[in-house]
Amino acid sequence: MSDFNQNRSIVMQGLVLLVGIVLILRLLLLQVFGVGGYKEASKYQAVKRKIVIPDRGLLLDRKKRIILNNTMFYDLRFVPKVLKNQPDFDTLRLCKLLNVTRQDFDTLTHEKIMLNGWNRNITLYKNLSPEAVARLQEGINDFVGIDLVESAQRVYPYNAGASFVGYINEVTAEMLQKEKYASYRRGDMVGITGLEKQYEDILRGKPGIQFLLQDVQQRIVGSYKNGEMDSAAVAGESLQLYLDIEMQKLAEEMMTNMLGSAVAIDPKTGGILSFVSSPTYDPNMQTGNDKSANMRKILADARKLTFNRAVQATYPPGSTFKPITAIVALDEGAITPSYGYPCHGGYYACGKRIGCTHSGAGHAANLTAAIAHSCNAYFCHVFRLSVDSPANNNVRTGVKRWGQYMDKFGLGRPVGIDLPGEQGGNIPSVKYFDRVYNENWNSCNMSILGMGQGELLLTPLQLANAMCIIANRGYYKIPHFVKAIGDDSTHEKLQPYMKKNVVAKNTNNNFEAVVDGMRGVIEFGTARGAKVKGVEVCGKTGTVENYTQINGKRIKLKNHSVFVAFAPRVDPKICVAVVVENSGYGATWAGPIASLMIEQYLYDSISPERKFLVKRMADAHLIPAITYIRDSIEKRQEREKYEKWKKELNRKNDSINRKKYIDSIKARSTKKIKEPKESWWEQLVFTDDKRKKHEWNKS
Amino acid sequence: MSGINPKTYLQKVDGILILLYLMLVFVGIISIYAVEHTGQNMGFFQMDKSYMRQLIFFGIGMLLSVIILFSDSKLFSNMAFLSYGFGILLLLVVLVIGKNVNGSKSFLVIGSIQIQPAEMAKFFTALALAKFLSALDMNFATTRNRLIAVGIALFPAVIILLQKETGVALVYFSFFLAMYREGLPNWVLLSAFGLIVLTVATLMLSPLTFFIVITIIAIFIIYDNRRKIKKRKKYLYRIVGIWAVCMIFSQILVPFTFTTILKSYQVQRIYTMIGQDVPPAYAGGVEGEVKQTASEYNVSQSKIAIASGGFFGKGFLNGAQTKYNWVPEQRTDFIFCSVAEQFGFFGSTILVLLYTGFLMRIIFIAERQRSQFTRVFAYGLAGILFFHVLINLGMTIGIAPVIGIPLPLVSYGGTSLLTFTIMIFVLVRLDADRSLILR
Repeated sequence: MSDFNQNRSIVMQGLVLLVGIVLILRLLLLQVFGVGGYKEASKYQAVKRKIVIPDRGLLLDRKKRIILNNTMFYDLRFVPKVLKNQPDFDTLRLCKLLNVTRQDFDTLTHEKIMLNGWNRNITLYKNLSPEAVARLQEGINDFVGIDLVESAQRVYPYNAGASFVGYINEVTAEMLQKEKYASYRRGDMVGITGLEKQYEDILRGKPGIQFLLQDVQQRIVGSYKNGEMDSAAVAGESLQLYLDIEMQKLAEEMMTNMLGSAVAIDPKTGGILSFVSSPTYDPNMQTGNDKSANMRKILADARKLTFNRAVQATYPPGSTFKPITAIVALDEGAITPSYGYPCHGGYYACGKRIGCTHSGAGHAANLTAAIAHSCNAYFCHVFRLSVDSPANNNVRTGVKRWGQYMDKFGLGRPVGIDLPGEQGGNIPSVKYFDRVYNENWNSCNMSILGMGQGELLLTPLQLANAMCIIANRGYYKIPHFVKAIGDDSTHEKLQPYMKKNVVAKNTNNNFEAVVDGMRGVIEFGTARGAKVKGVEVCGKTGTVENYTQINGKRIKLKNHSVFVAFAPRVDPKICVAVVVENSGYGATWAGPIASLMIEQYLYDSISPERKFLVKRMADAHLIPAITYIRDSIEKRQEREKYEKWKKELNRKNDSINRKKYIDSIKARSTKKIKEPKESWWEQLVFTDDKRKKHEWNKS
Repeated sequence: MSGINPKTYLQKVDGILILLYLMLVFVGIISIYAVEHTGQNMGFFQMDKSYMRQLIFFGIGMLLSVIILFSDSKLFSNMAFLSYGFGILLLLVVLVIGKNVNGSKSFLVIGSIQIQPAEMAKFFTALALAKFLSALDMNFATTRNRLIAVGIALFPAVIILLQKETGVALVYFSFFLAMYREGLPNWVLLSAFGLIVLTVATLMLSPLTFFIVITIIAIFIIYDNRRKIKKRKKYLYRIVGIWAVCMIFSQILVPFTFTTILKSYQVQRIYTMIGQDVPPAYAGGVEGEVKQTASEYNVSQSKIAIASGGFFGKGFLNGAQTKYNWVPEQRTDFIFCSVAEQFGFFGSTILVLLYTGFLMRIIFIAERQRSQFTRVFAYGLAGILFFHVLINLGMTIGIAPVIGIPLPLVSYGGTSLLTFTIMIFVLVRLDADRSLILR
């Protein structure tokens, strides 16, 4: 048969090629150029990116006891549809294992389904009890689709250290805006206070990423590409502290009902052995399910539980400042250790009498005796001598130089502890005196600084650090908590704390004279009660007058009890500073507490005959009524302020709303609402809206 | 033609076609394997898995092809009408005793084997059409013969429509390509194409716009041909006539079809294809807001899977979108997604080129025949393959309506694989005797 249609073969071939080209072009658009957004959509479907949260680092004390740990909490989670699809699912048994009634289970499940739908994972029970977890884990294989989801929480095994360990919480929206928190995502935990905040980058670790495959019901069915794209989570490094948790617990217990602080430092290393701000609270209140309710309770407490008295409260040091005055004068060359002052019960050189508790002859015959007897006149005079020393041309340079000494001692500025929020206290400057005395002053105006009164304000930490300088005979290392990061004690972050800060030269047995005086305080001076058997404790008491303003009235409160000490005298191992607010003499409260801490630290226990002392301290109720009065006044003021603000706001909103309302009525009455006009081409194109309006098949 | 001389015979067998065939089947089996692969190391040989079944069907196909290659080529032309009759009989039997699967009655169950006569009937119809068109006294220019040919091609389609396998029935329209090659006038194809364009235009434009556009085009054509029209009024009548047909079609016929003849899901599919929402006037039966229908979901999942492949793909067995039922029917109708996700634009282009090459080779083979029977059969095969590839790939990437037909040689499905294997090897067998004239 003749073939007269052969040219049609070319048409057919053309058709095949054309279709091939069209298909390839369409694939090019879809796959390479991502037209239509399908390429983008695939990112959020079958492959799920799961962030693996690393274990947070632990805190260990000096004997490697864990003082901050992680525990696992278990949540019960499942996809409702998966259970529904199993007709033989034994819900009753599950309820029995969970120790809930079937009715509760069903109502709760129903509620969650209403919120999330059938196909999403729902968390039915949070933080299951350990018994329920144990029971469930045994039989978990019988319950297909039931997941026990682990989550880590912080736990404080010793219930101690709330003042410095700090806590973690979910990162807030404001924090996420900052560059510092760029690596954080919503829901991540972050250190809010204390060491948790200070060492956040080390404790946090590195989050890992898992790529998981999920099926169409969003159930995880395995890892993507056998996990070759995954990155493992790196657990946070643990921090090894200098802290002695037993001593910490003892000190916290003793100071339960006191306002104040106790700081103990190892003078050799600057390591903080104990760090109490009292009253405190159980740090475990900061974790778990009742976290936010507990935090509200803590914040509302009249005793200001979150106020860190060890580094944020500042006190006049009182007599505990006298050894520092002495060191400055000795280093300046203003006096020698043998210098004596004829005190007869007062200091009269500047006209006005400054009282001294001693009047016996020779109680300030030399420096050692003056410290042991805590002679006020002696130290006022010594202060004046050092400020007015001939090396300084005038009193201005003298005070300036004295200020420089104070700065070297770490006073008048934050010492630099590895804790956020440290305060610097106050050291009066030349400028300050110029302002107060109208530029017309001399050393007489401020001689009481020498005995620790006047405009001086120190934090307990600064007091303890000053003790370290005396114990070390002239130098200190910046007080800090962390001994080693992981096992690395020379970590870059710890370098600033390695440096010896030399404050004064130890020549002519300068320091020994001061140390002897402080030894005398314990042996035969004011603090005989602070003796520790078999240890040469050196200390100094302080009893600080203080006043407060209530409703504009100046009221004298009970004295602060202050005590500083170090032990032993040769090769000291611990320096302590204790402040108990509004309690009385330094020797009555602060002294015994410090000595018991020293005993606990050096002997690891309290001797039986001193146990009663611990009990006496713990049972004391020394929180003054003024605390509660002040708190209620503050709260009332705050409430009034808030109500005023709210009223103002309401009024403002009202007027704005009224204006808006009136405007809208005006607009409605005056303006005739016009229908939006369509251009000619809009009328041609058949838009969706128009299609709805248009009824083109009325037949 | 008794006594085949193996040496000369093997030289005549078209190796290129067989090679392309084997490559396509290979792509199919690894794609099905990848879909079912879940990462657990459970060994390759598992009888309950689809890829194993596909492999077994491939083995049976190879066995049959050997038998075909060693049979007499005259057998196929002689048996053509008989087998066509047999096929029709099978289709009718299925209509009565067939197994009901998803609302369609197209499977015949014999023991544990399920066969779909609608697939096999393609082969018989191709043979019958070839036999009819290659008859000695055939004059395809007569309307009567043309109608008979169309009848041979579409009669099975009617029965299959009754089985409610619309997709498979549509495949029989691909025989028009073979008939076109044999002399069906141009206007048949052109007007078919014109009707598709007209339908799409009707659906996409508002009636007013459509009216204006068509009228402007008509006026423009009249203005352009004003000299001719002056000479002979016939041109004017013809243009106005076409204009009137367009108007009737768009203003009456399409709305009528969409509201009374087509089911709502079919309307939905057509609108999905052109990327528009179904207008309320056509969304009969569906209450309230029109939700995303199953076919819309399928296509969007399919497009997501394909797009996620990118240029070079995610690598073999690394597909994530084509596992765990993200894409429905991923072993069968949407198997292309698996290829596209794992091997990307690169791999899918190669697959498209493989099919293009395969079709071109068949056309090339068809054109070198002395025998018209073989040529028509080859064009019949080419047409069916072309239709399958176009519609299947088109629907996975969203440029063709969702019609449930498999991707030839690649999709999972025993009957489909066997039917195409038999047809291809029958062509190879016939081609080996290309110097003979078969009738």
